[in-house]
Amino acid sequence: MADLSVDFAGIASPNPFWLASGPPTNTGSMVARAFDMGWGGAVWKTVGEPIINVCSRLAAVDLGPQRMMGLNNIELITDRPIEDNLREIREVKRRYPRNALIVSLMVESRREAWHEIARRVEDTGADGVELNFGCPHGMSERGMGSAMGQVPEYTCMVTEWVREATRLPVIVKLTPNVTSINPPARAAVRGGAHALSLINTINSIMGVDLDTLVPYPDVNGRAAHGGYCGPAVKPIALNMVAELARDREVNVPLSGIGGIQTWRDAAEFLLLGATTVQVCTAVMHYGYRIVEDLIEGLSNYLDEKGFQSVRDIIGLSAPRVTDWGDLDLNYKTVARIDHAKCIQCNLCHIACEDGAHQCIPLTEINGRRLPVVDEAECVGCNLCYLVCPVPGCISMVRVDDGSHPLSWREMMMKRQPAPAPNA
Amino acid sequence: MSTTHIPLLDVEQIERNFSEIAPPLADAEARFEAHRCLYCYDAPCMHACPTHIDIPGFIKRIASGNLTGAARVIFDANPIGATCARVCPVEVLCEGACVEKTLLNQPIQIGRLQRFATDAAMKRGRQLFKPGPPNGRSVGVIGAGPAGLSCAAYLARLGYSVTVYDRRQLPGGLDTYGMAEYKMTQRDSTDEVALIERLGVQFKLNTEIGRDVAFADLEAAHDAIFIGIGLGQTARLNVPGEDLSGVYDALAFIERVKTRDWPSIPVGRAVAVIGAGNTAIDAATQAKRLGAERVLIIYRRTEREMPAYRYEYELARQDGIEFIWQTAPVAILARADGAGVGALRCVRTMLGPPDARGRPAAQVVPDSEFEIPVDMVIKALGQTKLRATLEGISGLRLDADGRILVSRPSMQTGNPRYFAGGDCVNGGREAVDAAQDGKHAAIGIHQALTGELALFPGARYEAASSVES
Repeated sequence: MADLSVDFAGIASPNPFWLASGPPTNTGSMVARAFDMGWGGAVWKTVGEPIINVCSRLAAVDLGPQRMMGLNNIELITDRPIEDNLREIREVKRRYPRNALIVSLMVESRREAWHEIARRVEDTGADGVELNFGCPHGMSERGMGSAMGQVPEYTCMVTEWVREATRLPVIVKLTPNVTSINPPARAAVRGGAHALSLINTINSIMGVDLDTLVPYPDVNGRAAHGGYCGPAVKPIALNMVAELARDREVNVPLSGIGGIQTWRDAAEFLLLGATTVQVCTAVMHYGYRIVEDLIEGLSNYLDEKGFQSVRDIIGLSAPRVTDWGDLDLNYKTVARIDHAKCIQCNLCHIACEDGAHQCIPLTEINGRRLPVVDEAECVGCNLCYLVCPVPGCISMVRVDDGSHPLSWREMMMKRQPAPAPNA
Repeated sequence: MSTTHIPLLDVEQIERNFSEIAPPLADAEARFEAHRCLYCYDAPCMHACPTHIDIPGFIKRIASGNLTGAARVIFDANPIGATCARVCPVEVLCEGACVEKTLLNQPIQIGRLQRFATDAAMKRGRQLFKPGPPNGRSVGVIGAGPAGLSCAAYLARLGYSVTVYDRRQLPGGLDTYGMAEYKMTQRDSTDEVALIERLGVQFKLNTEIGRDVAFADLEAAHDAIFIGIGLGQTARLNVPGEDLSGVYDALAFIERVKTRDWPSIPVGRAVAVIGAGNTAIDAATQAKRLGAERVLIIYRRTEREMPAYRYEYELARQDGIEFIWQTAPVAILARADGAGVGALRCVRTMLGPPDARGRPAAQVVPDSEFEIPVDMVIKALGQTKLRATLEGISGLRLDADGRILVSRPSMQTGNPRYFAGGDCVNGGREAVDAAQDGKHAAIGIHQALTGELALFPGARYEAASSVES
């Protein structure tokens, strides 16, 4: 069985599966239960001056019968006294010395406040701190959370403050509510962050109750935007992780967060450059027990692919991510439909007809009206392959002549001489 | 008489036996099922439906919570969509063609979803279609069964003044009087007729054309006439003892069941049903559910030639119906005391060369007579044609079997003022086939009277007009 243990900026963890800061890490007894189930680490629900929450707090979008494709929340940081949290952190760390225990922090933007909280956490024996510069709702209106993370100068400054006060590894949790993830990430690294975690939740309104006309979640007839998470945000998170993995100015470990439900999701984050992954929504949906399949599934995958350690796959796919301008314009595939498997739902036909390039006409073959690809017109876009409900029925087949790859950038370089250095 | 009027089961048990075989889907079930639909384009289910309802279209509307829209899609292509949702042989039509059947052997439950949508719309009582602006023309419809109801609904939407005549007390024809009670009740049928009535269609019930109203008067009152009279009584066995008390016509028996007046419904302890079509199965299963101890289906050919659908056959077997293959009745014997039926005398048969219809002929095995003790016999040999009624219409042409000859798709008969559809044209098929005939006839009548082509969803009017042979 492959070795799942990782070292994350000096924090040892028996596996890369951590609980993200949130409702599942609200108390000592919760985190203890999660560790008993097999979670490698946990990031404690953000500690700071206790707040007052509203009711209600959560809303979701479903996809057909699939519940909670996306979830949002307007809950704030911990509503429990700092002392209670710190005492339980100390107890949990003592009982579970092998698990990674990180404490998420958010206090007002004063140097002394950050110094004090960092020192008090270090005193508990916790393995590290995670600076919550990401929460997009509520706290941001008070100059905290994403209000920090959206201004690189603040990100750098507060990170420095924390570094001044503690020897613990400092992880900075980034907000995705920015135009580019790179500037705040670089600022955190400049400020001395040992690692980055991303993404926090995304600004969102989940919908509107068509009877009451109040958006969700309803707080006595009004609503506020909240933080969006769950399976729907995974692609956004993967992109941001990949962006940082290939940013030479961000040369620190990454903890991937965003819509991770299964070991497959986790493996994708690892391949794009994350060293650990953090999970929250899936646990809120199904409970801590999902870690069993996360561990087994990843382990089996590594065994089947011949990897000795999970560390061997971290970042393996990151170099495959490039700018569009470096993609090969000479690569060509077309769709092939296996008519023996075709169930004649014609979704490929109508998708191509109305959503692509009109190259899958329905054609009479031996009394069956079947979708047939006009390969001369097919641009290899994948749409038919994506909509086909039958496994293995449509495949994308390479048809180019194998000529030398040519990217748009290379093409432009050939067409016109490079601009003079001083132009 | 030998058949008892004292129920063999207590009334509560009978009520349970006649509870719906396919109960309505709960909201959660409907939602899940609707989401399972792939939303095929040019869907196989839609082709398989004789009225070509846009099935993916109505199912997606259920999934989105647009139940009124779903019902509109259904009734737009089939004015008796609520009936068809309950009685269609879906496993050989829409659900038989469903790609989820091909893929997972688990078709979408289209029939039950259709019922979910139509039930919801009928409960809300929202008018889905409006009568067209009156065009000053009038059409008479003979027969308030599925074909006539369908024709009337479309004509009303086009602005015609429509009068439907029916000899029965209630409208609906076989929808009301001939469907197995565990599939649908009379109320289900008459509720649906009420939707058509709200389009302004007039119903003249207890009125038999040719007897209470002369064809000449009908012709004087209307610009065109649609014949949707269905078929007549069950064919005779032509064996001795056929007129004994305790011998019933299957449709008459089913009609009695539909009263739900259990104590008055005759049923024997041992019942022989002659024939193995879908009506035979309906009669047999209902006799069993009324409390008959033994119900036998007597059929002169084999399981392979049996006309009943596989689903109906399975249902009968689940109900404990015994099938006596390759057997034909030769006499119904009276009880020793003369009061009703005592036994059925039969002969064995064997399959011979194909007959005129291409089915292997059933030939009598010599010296094979035997008797089965039964106290009730139900004849289910298919219905006769109403030749005598139709002979009152000049110019109408019938085929050798007595079916009305029409031009398709207009459904116009040999007499250009008369159009026809349903069982009296096709010889006896499903309600959904009749509904499509009614739709085509409405379009045909409108075209004949105004020269305009008014296509409704699912009409197949591109086919060249041809006289059906």
